[in-house]
This record gives sequence, C-alpha cells and structure tokens, in this order.
Amino acid sequence: MAETAYLPWIAIRGSESLDSPRHSAVVRVTHWITAASFFALLVSGIAILIAHPRLYWGQTGALGAPSLIDLPIPFMIGHSGWGRYLHFLSAWVSVLTGLLYVLFGVLTPHFRQKLLPAKADLSWRRISRIVRNDLRLKRPTEEESLTYNAVQRLTYLAVVFVLFPLIILTGLAMSPAIASVVPALRNGFGGQQSARTIHFFVAVALVLFFCVHLAMVCLAGFTGRVRAMITGYSAARKERL
Amino acid sequence: MSERLSRRKLITTGLTAAAGASGLGIAGRIADRYGLIPPDDGGIYGVGETVTYAAQRLLMSRRSLAREYNRSDISKIAPVKGEPPEHETYQSLLAGGFADWRLKIDGLVARPSFFSLAELKRFPSENHIFHQACEEGWSFIAEWTGFPLSYILNLVGVLPQAKYVVFFGFDTNFDAVDKQTIKGKWNSIDMAEAWHPQSLLAYGMNGRELPPGHGAPLRLRVPRQLGNKSTKYLSWITLTDTVKDIGQGFGAGGVERGFSWYAGI
Repeated sequence: MAETAYLPWIAIRGSESLDSPRHSAVVRVTHWITAASFFALLVSGIAILIAHPRLYWGQTGALGAPSLIDLPIPFMIGHSGWGRYLHFLSAWVSVLTGLLYVLFGVLTPHFRQKLLPAKADLSWRRISRIVRNDLRLKRPTEEESLTYNAVQRLTYLAVVFVLFPLIILTGLAMSPAIASVVPALRNGFGGQQSARTIHFFVAVALVLFFCVHLAMVCLAGFTGRVRAMITGYSAARKERL
Repeated sequence: MSERLSRRKLITTGLTAAAGASGLGIAGRIADRYGLIPPDDGGIYGVGETVTYAAQRLLMSRRSLAREYNRSDISKIAPVKGEPPEHETYQSLLAGGFADWRLKIDGLVARPSFFSLAELKRFPSENHIFHQACEEGWSFIAEWTGFPLSYILNLVGVLPQAKYVVFFGFDTNFDAVDKQTIKGKWNSIDMAEAWHPQSLLAYGMNGRELPPGHGAPLRLRVPRQLGNKSTKYLSWITLTDTVKDIGQGFGAGGVERGFSWYAGI
C-alpha cells in the first residue's frame, strides 16, 4: 500500500521541479477556510446592511439626520438577526484562521520568500508592464505562475496586512462592549458610524480584490490554479505519469 | 509496517480526540460556572455566540465604561423603534400620568417590593449622556435621567443564587399564568451587566419626562449593549437563576425572532 502511493511521487520528482508543492498545506487549508468564511461574512454583512442601507460620518446617524451616502438599496428589516449570528460565527472562524496563517507566514519563510517583493521588482517600469499584461488579459506562462509577480505580492500584502486588520478593527469599533474596554478604538475611527462606513468600504475593497483574484485565476487557467490550491500541485500527478 | 504505523496513528488520533472532547467538556463546565455561556448557546450559531459572549465577558470589567458625552453631543433626532403598547392597562396608566403604575421586583430577592414612580424619583438620581445604537445600524446620543439598577437591587437584597435579571414591559404578556407562554420584547441581563455602574433605570430623557415612545414610565438603559437590550415600558423585574422556564427559554423574546441574546456584539 505504501509503495503504490509512493511511486508517482518519485516519478514527478525525477522529471519535474515539482518536488515541493506550489502551496504549502497550511496555505491551502487556511485559504479555503478563509474563502468559506469570507463568503459567509459577505452574505451576512449584506443581510445586516439592508436593515439600514445608509452610511454616516461621526458618532451618530439616523433617518432624518444628514447621511454621507444613501445606498440605492431598499430598507429591508428582519434579516439582521440571523445575519449577526452568522456574521460573528464566521468572523471568529476567519480571524482565528487568519492568526494561524500570519503566525505560519512569520515563523516560516512564507512571507519573506513568497510575498515580499524583491527591491529590483519595485520599479514603475516593471510594475506597469505587469499591469499592462494583465489588462491585455495575457495568459501567464507556466513558469510565471510558479511564483507571484510584484503586483500580486503587493496586493496580497495589502489584503493581509491592511484590509483584513482594518475590517476587523472597524468591526470591533462598532461593538458597544469593546468600545467600553478600548474607547480609543472607536474614537480613533471618528465614531461608531464612521467605523461602520469604513467597514463598508473595506468590504467593498475586499469584494473587488475577490473579483480580480477570480479573474486572474481564470486567466491563468482555472482548473490548474484551483487544483494547486487544493492538492498543492497544478498538474494532476497521475496524468503526468 | 505501514499497518502498524497507521494503527499507532489511529490510536494517537483517537486519544487526541478523546482528550480534546473531554477538555471541551471541562472547559464548558468551568465556563458555565463563571457565567460565560449565554442562554442561546445551542446550534451552530450558538458556538459563535458563546465565544463572543465569553471573550467579551473576560475582557470587560466594572471599570469598562461606556463613553459619557457632553450635552452639545446630544442628537437632534432620536428615532423611536416601534409604537407604545396598545395594551388597555398601559393606555389608561399613560392617561393617568402613571400615578397608578407600580414597578414589581421579585424572584431571588430578600424583600420582594412594589415601587411607585414618585418613590423611584426620590432615589438619588443620575444623568448620563450615552450613545445608543440600534441593531439595524442607526444610532443617536441622548441624556438619560434615572438611578443605577444596582441601587434598587441593593434595596431589595439580591440572593446569591441569582444569575439573571429579567425585565418585562407592557409590550409582553407578562401576566400570563404559564410563564412559558410569555411572548414579546421581554429581556434579561446577566449579573455582571446588572451590577455595572452605568446600567440605569431611566424615567427621564433629554431633561424631560421619558416620552411614551422611548419607554415611559421606566426603561432599562444598558449602554454597553445594543439598544434592543434596553427594555421599555417596564412593569416587572424578576431575579432568577435560570431563564429556561420563561418563554422558549432563550433569555429574551427577541431570540425567538432570531436575534441573539447578548447584544454587546
């Protein structure tokens, strides 16, 4: 039993540079848990938002008071109950998974090797060439898709170290209980309603990231990329034999 | 060899799972003793709810204070959620300026009592300017006049077994003979929230009598939780060691309509 499972591994090892997986097990597992909890957070976030799809700036805001933005969504109360239950459940899953991922990224060479861009790659010329190629929907070569380019690296770093922390902190700033423990958090964002508004825009930014991410995955070859994120390898090992 | 390895792996996994499960069981019992389990802890959503409630209870102390604002921060607009009860008794009490209204406090207390509005107004009063957010998303700042809930709790003498303070307003059928048939916006808070210095019973708002829409003659104000926790139109307060025998047993009528019991979010 052990032998038959071992054979294809040796075969690939000999012929290709695929001996270490494209994505490590921790990245793969945390990726899919985050994907599931992101979807749950998005759906439940919309359920909470539609109870009052109006955004304000400052501490307070209500119908009759001046708003910052009136979203073109009808007011629909009655969904925020399950919305909140699901939102906080998936927030816990997402935050704990994120902590595990960041811990892994710091303790292993993951962040340093895979996400930190090389200084030489940070020139405008190189970055604009990548963006131009992406906008022309130029399919990356097999070799290019073995590592992340500078734009991908910067984007992932921004999502992991800016957008995620910001959406967690603005979420906590809205909590009256947390505001009583750490008043500076709510006041730092300019008030409970400001925190709610920032929370909304960071969510929009994350949805935009998700759309571009999905588009790039499709461009690079959906099956191969998704397989790499599930099994660790972009090509099916048995087919290669 | 591989078989033996997998058997060893199986035994290790089994032992880890058993240790994990009994660890969770012990953790659950400790958490329950320290009041870290909310009444709506069942189901998959209950897991998230329990973690949130336990985490916040461990983070918060009596010194975790909701921000007190200035008079200049008071909102011009203080929306009212829902109409005052159409209940016949409530309407006649309202018409009579609540002169015949009495607040009943009973349950796990040394001296079950009734208080008139005039008696409550003779308690040492306090003014607090709090931010209040509705779970829908809107919010306002208002000044509340009343007295700490802890004042009246000390007056009636809380028995050590008490774990929850339960609030019934005129928007519930609190006078039902069978407590399990009680419906509406009744609510309960744990003792940590009840003894907190900013948990108020308010009879005044923004320098005037509490308007009917905002919960006249008396409402709860717990500024460290969402507005739906601050029960309006109070009639009866009872202390208990369990909320399992009231309504469907989730600690608040709102849970039966899908809203979580703990609203510290």
